[in-house]
Amino acid sequence: MAEAPSDATRLASEARDRVRFEEEALGLSDQVYRVARHLANSREEADDLVQETYARAFRSWRSYTPGTNLRAWLLRILTNLNIDRGRRNQRAPQMQPLEANDYYLYDKLAETDGPTDEDRVVERLSQDDIVTALSEVPHDFRDVIVLVDIGDFSYQDAAQILGIPIGTVMSRLHRGRRILKRELADSVSEEGS
Amino acid sequence: MTHDDPCAHCEEMMQPYLDHILSDEEMREAEMHLDECEWCRRRYTFEESLRVYVRQAVSREPMPAELKQKLAALRIPLN
Repeated sequence: MAEAPSDATRLASEARDRVRFEEEALGLSDQVYRVARHLANSREEADDLVQETYARAFRSWRSYTPGTNLRAWLLRILTNLNIDRGRRNQRAPQMQPLEANDYYLYDKLAETDGPTDEDRVVERLSQDDIVTALSEVPHDFRDVIVLVDIGDFSYQDAAQILGIPIGTVMSRLHRGRRILKRELADSVSEEGS
Repeated sequence: MTHDDPCAHCEEMMQPYLDHILSDEEMREAEMHLDECEWCRRRYTFEESLRVYVRQAVSREPMPAELKQKLAALRIPLN
């Protein structure tokens, strides 16, 4: 009686795979949210983005290959949705961001009062300053900083998620960090004035 | 401190150095300069601590519990 699996058996096996996929995906939601929160411009936008990402992931779970990087797969959906939204919402071309040299922020902070050990000079910045400064970094650069410096993705993964060459990831990351430091240095000047 | 070539060059190498993407030779070059230049060393140490600090700053906001529930509700019900 060895026949091909019945429809019922096949459906049961597929249901098990789907449940496993959904549970694994939900287990990564904190990490997905953390990236979304800083890619999007507001908390509300991040909430929407995460929900849209999961709705799409649950619908197209069959296109995920088990055993591959599920976090990268989810974030690829998320960044694509975010880029589409950005295109829709962008009313005016973004200003050319101002960059500073890599040592600029340190030199600026060294002029202010606070801890003097170089590994504690950073504490002269408030954590709110950092969150605000990051939100001021234009999207193209922020996406890469969020994926690599906060999401712990390799250059290769970030390139794949964003659909850009690895060299572009590296140059955007380096420029993006300089833009972020410039924004932070500006926040120091504003507080000091 | 004048921005003579060695320190300006060291500044250029800072990000790739901390990202571990310099060649062995460039790595040695950067380390030799850092061994003798406190001015650059301080700035490298600061950059390293800044990266950790940025990550801490942006990771402290937890995902709202309500959003977690909404995501769970998006699961496709079994027939």
